[in-house]
Amino acid sequence: MTSLPTAPSPKKLGLVVDLDTCVGCHACATNCKEWNAGGHSAPLTDINAYQAKQRGVWFNRVFSYEAGGGDANARTVHFPKNCLHCEKPDCVTVCPTGASYKRAEDGIVLIDQDKCIGCKLCSWACPYGARELDEDVGVMKKCTLCIDKIYNTNLPEEDRVPACVSTCPSKARHFGDFNDPNSSVSRLTRERGGFDLMPESGYRPTSKYLPPRPGKSSATAVKPLAAKPATGAAGPLARWVDRVFSR
Amino acid sequence: MHPAASVIFFTTASGAGYGLLALLAAFAATGGLPADRWLGFVGLGLAVSLITAGLLSSTFHLGRPERAWRAFSQWRSSWLSREGVAAVVAYIPAAVLALGWIVFERADGAYAAAAALVVVMAIITVGCTGMIYASLKPIRQWHSPWTTPVYLTLAAYTGSLLLVGLALAFGVYRPLMAEMALALLILGALVKTGYWRAVDSEPPRSTLATATGLTNFSSVRLFEAPHTEENFIMREMGFQIARKHAQKLRVITALALFLVPGVLLAAALAGASHVFIALIAIFSATLGIATERWLFFAEATHASMLYYSRAA
Repeated sequence: MTSLPTAPSPKKLGLVVDLDTCVGCHACATNCKEWNAGGHSAPLTDINAYQAKQRGVWFNRVFSYEAGGGDANARTVHFPKNCLHCEKPDCVTVCPTGASYKRAEDGIVLIDQDKCIGCKLCSWACPYGARELDEDVGVMKKCTLCIDKIYNTNLPEEDRVPACVSTCPSKARHFGDFNDPNSSVSRLTRERGGFDLMPESGYRPTSKYLPPRPGKSSATAVKPLAAKPATGAAGPLARWVDRVFSR
Repeated sequence: MHPAASVIFFTTASGAGYGLLALLAAFAATGGLPADRWLGFVGLGLAVSLITAGLLSSTFHLGRPERAWRAFSQWRSSWLSREGVAAVVAYIPAAVLALGWIVFERADGAYAAAAALVVVMAIITVGCTGMIYASLKPIRQWHSPWTTPVYLTLAAYTGSLLLVGLALAFGVYRPLMAEMALALLILGALVKTGYWRAVDSEPPRSTLATATGLTNFSSVRLFEAPHTEENFIMREMGFQIARKHAQKLRVITALALFLVPGVLLAAALAGASHVFIALIAIFSATLGIATERWLFFAEATHASMLYYSRAA
């Protein structure tokens, strides 16, 4: 059923991505690919995987932006992007077959791969570019929030988080329930000013991004060390002369 | 947006087919066309063939065509599903009309009622096709109040050209037909011009700054792309060839779709009503509508391309 759930879901699962601490290492994208190439979304096809003209499905893509180029606060912002599991996802309602759906219990947006006809309309309806066609299988694929990991009772409790979150070396990704005001994702969003991507889309993304922290002003920033005179190679007399004349 | 040949053929062929079907039904039910068996057979046959060929072609771009039947299920939320349902429902009154016209050589009473339903279902089906595109918010050139009127008027206009040609070939032509085609041509040209003016003057709704949320910085630009080869999103949404030639292609559309057939229709009304004139007009309009539809896709930009520092 591609109509959206009528009642608000008891849980609202999503991610928080910290643009301040992300170092752009692509570990989230790599571990996402590793986990999802097996299990619920398998196969996650790559064509020409080890040669030119490579194409394949990835749920997570890491962009790098130059923000404020030329200004004092200029910086590189690494920007991982995957499905935001929107509250008003048009990718679900445009689906003609009922393959695309939003789960009533936790708000995760999924694709039933046995019903998808690969018409691509859902990818047209997503302003975030979160859905990709698996050319080999002929169906659409997307981030599942690692549904086969977060509910997997065979895993230790601490491992039941999406693959992108568990692998992040700089703790820039957080997973949790936005309906719980005390969850880490709710607190981070509140305290750090978490925002929606492209809020004008009207899709109301569940997952939030945390802005880069303001940089240190030039007054308090660490100054580069003054260059020491290169006297190491000089002989004892020359060093004595240098000291005398430096007074 | 990548212009898939199958979708361009589908929307133009089935559009003209529904236009012709609706006009045949309207003329037959009101006595404007004789209930002649062969006219009905060729006319309805041409309209239904165009529609069916278009519908079949639209399944060619699917990843899993054998599951196409599932697309009839989600009419509550999906315009694509509604279009599928409407297209199938439209066959029912069309079959009743064909039964009366071809078998019994009658288009009155119950058959006239079926003809009225044919007109309604043709409008609904083409309207649904337009709404598939008009409902897509990330594509600002499609998410426009002009999109569905463009689909409806151009379907009616291209269908009316086919009607003029058919009527001339069967010797049942009346000037009213060419007058109507000319009126629909002018309406179509006005609506398409309105569409172009609207999409040209509207600023993009989103920018890379709003897409990334980095609105506190004076500028944002892509420093490093996430991948070295084009992915599905870039191939599907990032089609760039036509935008370079958009102005030229719009001129071709205006000439082939509107100006040449307009002059020929005027000539037909001035007395040169020959089937050959109609055939040239149909040929020119076919070229024009294919260019128009190709451009409709190729000129459209998608919000997801902002992340790649491309226009949207």
